[in-house]
Amino acid sequence: MHVVDALVSPAVGGTFWAVSAGLIGYSCKKVKSEMSDSIVPLMGVTGAFVFAAQMINYTIPGTGSSGHLGGGMILAILLGPWAGFLVMASILTVQALFFADGGILALGCNIFNLGFWTCFVMYPLVYKKIVGRGLSPSKLFWAAMLSVIVGLQLGAFGVVLQTVLSGKAELPFTAFVLAMQPIHLGIGIIEGFITAGVVAFVAKAQPQLLDVSLPPSDKPAFSIKLVTVSLLIAAVIIGGALSWFASAHPDGLEWSMFKTSGSEELDTPDNSVYTNLSKLQEKTAILPDYGFKENEVSGAESQTAESWPAVSAGTTISGLVGGLLTLILAFGIGILLKLRKKTQASATI
Amino acid sequence: MSHHIVQTRDLYFTYPDGTAGLAGVSFLITHGESVALVGANGAGKSTLLMHLNGCLLPTQGSVQVGDLPVTKKTTAAIRRSVGMVFQDSDDQLFMPTVFEDVAFGPMNLGLSDQEVEPVVTGALQRVDALHLKDRPPYKLSVGEKRRVAIAAVLAMSPDILVMDEPSSSLDPKTRRELIALLRTFEHTKIIATHDLDLAIQLCPRTIVLSEGKVLADGPTADIFADDNLLAQSRLEKPLSMQNCPRCSPNSSPN
Amino acid sequence: MTNLGCLDTLARQDSPIHRLDPRTKLLTTLVFIVMIVSFDKYQISAMLPFAVFPVVLIVLGNLPAGYLMKRVLWVAPFAMLVGIFNPLLDRQALLHIGTLEISGGWVSFASILIRFFLTVLAAFVLVATTGFNTICLSLEKIGVPNVFVMQLLFLYRYAFVLAEESSRMLRAWQLRAPLRKAMSMKTFSTVLGSLFLRTTGRAQRIYQAMCCRGFEGQLHPARRFHWRMADTVFLFGFCLLFAVFRFANPAVLLGKFVMGIFS
Repeated sequence: MHVVDALVSPAVGGTFWAVSAGLIGYSCKKVKSEMSDSIVPLMGVTGAFVFAAQMINYTIPGTGSSGHLGGGMILAILLGPWAGFLVMASILTVQALFFADGGILALGCNIFNLGFWTCFVMYPLVYKKIVGRGLSPSKLFWAAMLSVIVGLQLGAFGVVLQTVLSGKAELPFTAFVLAMQPIHLGIGIIEGFITAGVVAFVAKAQPQLLDVSLPPSDKPAFSIKLVTVSLLIAAVIIGGALSWFASAHPDGLEWSMFKTSGSEELDTPDNSVYTNLSKLQEKTAILPDYGFKENEVSGAESQTAESWPAVSAGTTISGLVGGLLTLILAFGIGILLKLRKKTQASATI
Repeated sequence: MSHHIVQTRDLYFTYPDGTAGLAGVSFLITHGESVALVGANGAGKSTLLMHLNGCLLPTQGSVQVGDLPVTKKTTAAIRRSVGMVFQDSDDQLFMPTVFEDVAFGPMNLGLSDQEVEPVVTGALQRVDALHLKDRPPYKLSVGEKRRVAIAAVLAMSPDILVMDEPSSSLDPKTRRELIALLRTFEHTKIIATHDLDLAIQLCPRTIVLSEGKVLADGPTADIFADDNLLAQSRLEKPLSMQNCPRCSPNSSPN
Repeated sequence: MTNLGCLDTLARQDSPIHRLDPRTKLLTTLVFIVMIVSFDKYQISAMLPFAVFPVVLIVLGNLPAGYLMKRVLWVAPFAMLVGIFNPLLDRQALLHIGTLEISGGWVSFASILIRFFLTVLAAFVLVATTGFNTICLSLEKIGVPNVFVMQLLFLYRYAFVLAEESSRMLRAWQLRAPLRKAMSMKTFSTVLGSLFLRTTGRAQRIYQAMCCRGFEGQLHPARRFHWRMADTVFLFGFCLLFAVFRFANPAVLLGKFVMGIFS
């Protein structure tokens, strides 16, 4: 499941763009310095392979239509962590641009959720630790299974966290987690089976392919990874704090405008702290309790509704009317341009 | 012009998994010759071709192109003079558009933008495919792809053309056009093929490979007339030589 | 997969929009999306004027509006799935139109849909006026590492080839398993495994083909981009317009003005 543009806030989207861009840069460096040139076409074609595989995937019941088969894990196993991460990022880029899966701003989040945990955490810490040097079938099976399941759980949790931090969807954190994690456990088990199956097939037919993706020196790679992991966790926390801060003021951009111009009403900040608190309540509430809290909130609501400029009823209605008009205007401009083009075309003929 | 020769001496190659590819291949091809390389599946044709430009390096024996032996150090120079057309054009056309693909080689040779343009145009014109210039390769037909793949090789102005199954999966008319096109090239040509009729039309000389060894090397007409040799190397007489009343050259104006 | 081809065919047209430098379109689209998503969750009216951007591009770029709309609607269920909880959970009345009460949840739901529609449409328009390969090459100009851009190009090129291969395998399976609706997981992973082996075989041949033509680790695409006056005008013009839309909310102003006339 992807994070989508419509549900992500600029702070969250931007933070993860930065994190993912950093990871892409780092991986490119690693691929360039540690692997042969021939990895580049292999990466590209393997990315195409995942697309092709998804075409078959759709006929399988139980995985759901957006099951990104194997995702980052199968790529990490077959290509190694750096190349695997880059291919995952490319796949998501193509999906964002052509299939509107996710979206451009949410791309950073999605790359992180689906690529980071699998390639940089699960691969070195779970998969390689279990598989070790040999390629025994049972070890391969459990290594693939376990790393896919846990990787997907972490990814799904990332989706929840990013969506909730963005504060656009109303779904409370607990309910979201309770819905997402079990669903992705199911998907994870199925993907685990398939990943393990593919890896077993490759191990049997051409074991040298799997050897290539196990870098011989794992010690220095590990310490570097440790550093990146801690850096990234720090980044996530900062990003989280940032977007929290952004949601404390209904909108970060508007707030900074207010600060520089001082033109907004003074009681707005207090007000938004209040709304933030009630939002916090919503987030921590679990579903059954919700009705009760809603009453509390609506009791206080009558005083706050007036002073929040965007919510005042009068403004909103004129906003709606105006919005519709501008929409009509926008299309009007389109039609005019089209007519003008037609007359120009006929003039040249 | 002795520098366009291709010579192999007692060439052996074994794949990493232990399969024998070549087991003692020796021949000399001189400048301007057209040579067909025939043999059953798995006889070692493709393996041999891969040695001619250093994609594979011999386990034993040597390959010489012009004055240079093919080694890891000389591959860059060798690849400038030996152009290779792959069997599956999709493997060869990897750039976003036809133009960029044909320009790929010249750009790698260090030509500037201004220099590349006429080279690419010329190469595409040579194979009659200039109109495909801006198309992405996946939008081309099999025959168009084959032409563009040849143009991409010509753009590097090689002295020697090596082709792997140039007529495979082409319809009869496209195949005929391709043969006509290849006949206009004055390069040294080495063509691996199962299409023995193509061999007759294009190559005066034929080398027969079997199980990694040269089974016969001589004038094409003689080789295809030798029934024993053909049977031994799992080949069959080309249709045009089967004295069929309808299709042999004597009875039809083919 | 057909969508890949369709958008790319559209991108090979010639129009004032297609002639713009790809970096211009990339940047403007990015600014557009950031502006849209930066609105707070109850905002509706202020986002509507932004529709002018995709509309202008669709018309000037000769794009089939109907086809693009269909593509957008096709992916809409996903946004609805996540957004549909808003009306259920956020029932505070936010809007009163006559006696009708509209809850915050419905407003934010509508807001999500509009956001979704605009951002997705903008992404499609970007691809349909620029083309994937050109976007990739412009990414390199912006500073994305060559390795990443190269394999992105390879991915796109061979997606078509491998899609054909996998559909052939699927057909071969269907013909020999006429009574089954879908592959068992065991068959599926075997099919995938052999598809992957063919993939690596192909990658090897591609690499050889590259080496045969003098590849030494860097791709030099023969394409130069020219930043012209039109690009500057386009970029700054639209960014200025977005800024005005973002901070002045012309929709509300216009609405007030019109309602003032009628009352």
